[in-house]
Amino acid sequence: MTKNIMIVGVGGQGSVLASKLLGHLLLTEGYDVKVSEVHGMSQRGGSVVTYVRFGDKVYSPVIDKGEADVIVSFELLEAARYMGFLKPDGKIVVNTQQIDPMPVITGAAEYPKDLVAKMKAAGVKVDAIDCLTKAQEAGSSKAVNLVLMGRLSHSFDFSEEVWYRAIEAVVPPKFVEINKKAFSLGRAE
Amino acid sequence: MKELMLGNKAVARGLYEAGCRVISSYPGTPSTEVTEEAVQFDDIYAEWAPNEKVAMEVAFGAAMAGGRAACAMKHVGLNVAADPLYTMSYTGINGGLVIIVADDAGMHSSQNEQDSRNHAIAAKVPMLEPSDSEEAKQFTKLAFRLSEEFDTPVILKMCTRVAHSQSLVECGEREEIELRPYIKNIAKYVMMPANARPKHPFVEERAKKLLAYAETTPLNRIEWGSGDIGIITSSTSYQYTKEVFGEKASVLKLGMVNPLPEELIKNFAAKVKRLIVIEELDPIIENHCKKLGLAVEGKSLFPMIGEFSQGLIAEKLGFSPKASAALEEKIPLRPPVMCAGCPHRGMFYTLNRNHCTVLGDIGCYTLGAVAPLSAMELCACMGASIGAVHGFHKVRGEEIEGNTVAVLGDSTFMHSGMTGLANVAYNMSNSTVIILDNSITGMTGHQQNPTTGYNIKGDPAGKINLEALCRAMGFKRVCVVDPYDLEECDRVLKEELQAKEPSVIISRRPCALLKYVKAKPPIAADREKCVGCKSCMKLGCPAIGIKDKKAAIDETLCVGCGVCTQLCPFDALGTKKGGALS
Ligand SMILES: Cc1ncc(C[n+]2csc(CCOP(=O)(O)OP(=O)(O)O)c2C)c(N)n1
Repeated sequence: MTKNIMIVGVGGQGSVLASKLLGHLLLTEGYDVKVSEVHGMSQRGGSVVTYVRFGDKVYSPVIDKGEADVIVSFELLEAARYMGFLKPDGKIVVNTQQIDPMPVITGAAEYPKDLVAKMKAAGVKVDAIDCLTKAQEAGSSKAVNLVLMGRLSHSFDFSEEVWYRAIEAVVPPKFVEINKKAFSLGRAE
Repeated sequence: MKELMLGNKAVARGLYEAGCRVISSYPGTPSTEVTEEAVQFDDIYAEWAPNEKVAMEVAFGAAMAGGRAACAMKHVGLNVAADPLYTMSYTGINGGLVIIVADDAGMHSSQNEQDSRNHAIAAKVPMLEPSDSEEAKQFTKLAFRLSEEFDTPVILKMCTRVAHSQSLVECGEREEIELRPYIKNIAKYVMMPANARPKHPFVEERAKKLLAYAETTPLNRIEWGSGDIGIITSSTSYQYTKEVFGEKASVLKLGMVNPLPEELIKNFAAKVKRLIVIEELDPIIENHCKKLGLAVEGKSLFPMIGEFSQGLIAEKLGFSPKASAALEEKIPLRPPVMCAGCPHRGMFYTLNRNHCTVLGDIGCYTLGAVAPLSAMELCACMGASIGAVHGFHKVRGEEIEGNTVAVLGDSTFMHSGMTGLANVAYNMSNSTVIILDNSITGMTGHQQNPTTGYNIKGDPAGKINLEALCRAMGFKRVCVVDPYDLEECDRVLKEELQAKEPSVIISRRPCALLKYVKAKPPIAADREKCVGCKSCMKLGCPAIGIKDKKAAIDETLCVGCGVCTQLCPFDALGTKKGGALS
């Protein structure tokens, strides 16, 4: 069975490292893996999506509506935007940070209120967490991605060791400790 | 061990393993990483050329001289390089020549959705189309062999989902290929009519040989499945097809999409009850089947527009859609925006203020067309702004002299702006051309270009002086402004629009995202002084918002460019110094 994870957020938030970590980990655990993202315009603060698929044999590199097992979101609104991609009983792991998109900044639209509650009411599991605070606690506001990965790790059966080895493999040596700490803070609770 | 590798990186790996010596390219999403990854190999000489035509000519020269060579570009780049391509099909090559072109169905970052297979057909050159990273590597290597065996350039066609997906690749060793001798051969390489005429039959003969090859090559393979349906497909559509059907349909997977086999397809069709072609964009395989007299379904089921996915294929073939989670909520869009501190912003603000008609071009600055700036009225193809402003002048004359400008970036200017500028100088329109020089090719992710002074490796290189270049073309009015200085921009723009001769304004400041550009402390908004007039909101800066009716600066985004401070009539925006604003 192919498993599908979507990583969504705002361009520049650090989803690249998250998908790199996942890809590496799944590969070393012996799965066939495909990771797909759209580069280019997405650097300019737009909405970004990365698809991670793994299993015995993966064909399509993309995830379609109703197929995602988990959506990992770096930002609240983005989690809501892609909810239609989730299986009806799927799970959302979301950083509660809110980044106003241009239409909200200019006053043409409003940032929806109580999104976490609304998503829960729609029947999906929502794991909402203030990753920025935890990342700062770990020593760097940039480590939001690893806090999220720590939360996501509950959706897998891999041991903490396996995750740590993957972190060591993909993160530059001088940031390994901070990233491990951020991961463990995310995984705790 | 297998590696998880981006499709474009796998192409670069294929270039390396195939003994490729030279790659010359112009960046363009989704093709850019091919060249950026190729430069990581010391055995390959890689460079950014000013445009795709030059890139292809460089690669051709390298191949003519006897080495294996390549060039990479996005689909529209092949239009620019079509001229060399169509005649290189006649001359043939010496060392292998592979042209990598990446299509962008769905237009994730392109101005149109053209199907590059049409170029392969029209130029009568073979085209291979991989469906994942491993194939991208294998097909690249094979493309060189075909190029040399059939004496032709070979096109490797990528698409966004193959170029920008990572899948497993088995790496191999580099094959050291000796330089082939270069022997003077006027009949082969000098395509004047007397030499080109006998070359056309060569091309047609080669096409026949390639067709014979297409019938038997393992690039095209049949995967027999259960059931009555037979599907002909290629590239990423093959992956979606397998995702939907698994072993429940027979699949003819085409790895070579030009020329298309005939017997192979007829034999496949004879063994299935329902023949379906699944291909993105144009109905090329479908029309080929129809020409062979086969009953086939294709665009009657699937769209000609946009990308496919497994869900789309399932839906169009009558499978019931997958249940999904749903949220009843209006979700505001999150379009890409000009970054905080982007040097383009100040110039667009100035153009807006002067009610200019702005004929634009392609780059980060195209975002100047987005609200609230909404300051740009054309974006078609690289360099079109200058030709268009000249055309405007020739039709509307004096009526528009005081308010119509062309705007284009430094990389776009080097790509296709210089010839347009030569036309303005030569045919004498009173045009004003603004070069937005942010010292980098921004849109495609920071590539160097001939104006930056650095090469693809970041090493010092030749640097073209834009002012000197424009003057040499005959422009007497060439001035440089700092787009962070709104007053200066306004003054110079007014002067140049009024001038009774053509002029060039170079709006110069490096991209705020460049590593060497250091951010200044963020601007702060004084809630006491702010009256909520929203003058600052006209800039469309993502770092400025309104909180409780007053301006508020997002300190995590603001790079302290200070443009907004020049706009505030109430002095409410400034840098923080010991709590007070200055
Ligand atoms: C023929 C062609 N080649 C490549 C591209 C891809 N592309 C779009 S804009 C651009 C360059 C933009 O650089 P520049 O003009 O310096 O403006 P900036 O993005 O830095 O503002 C490129 C390479 C294209 N659209 N068309």
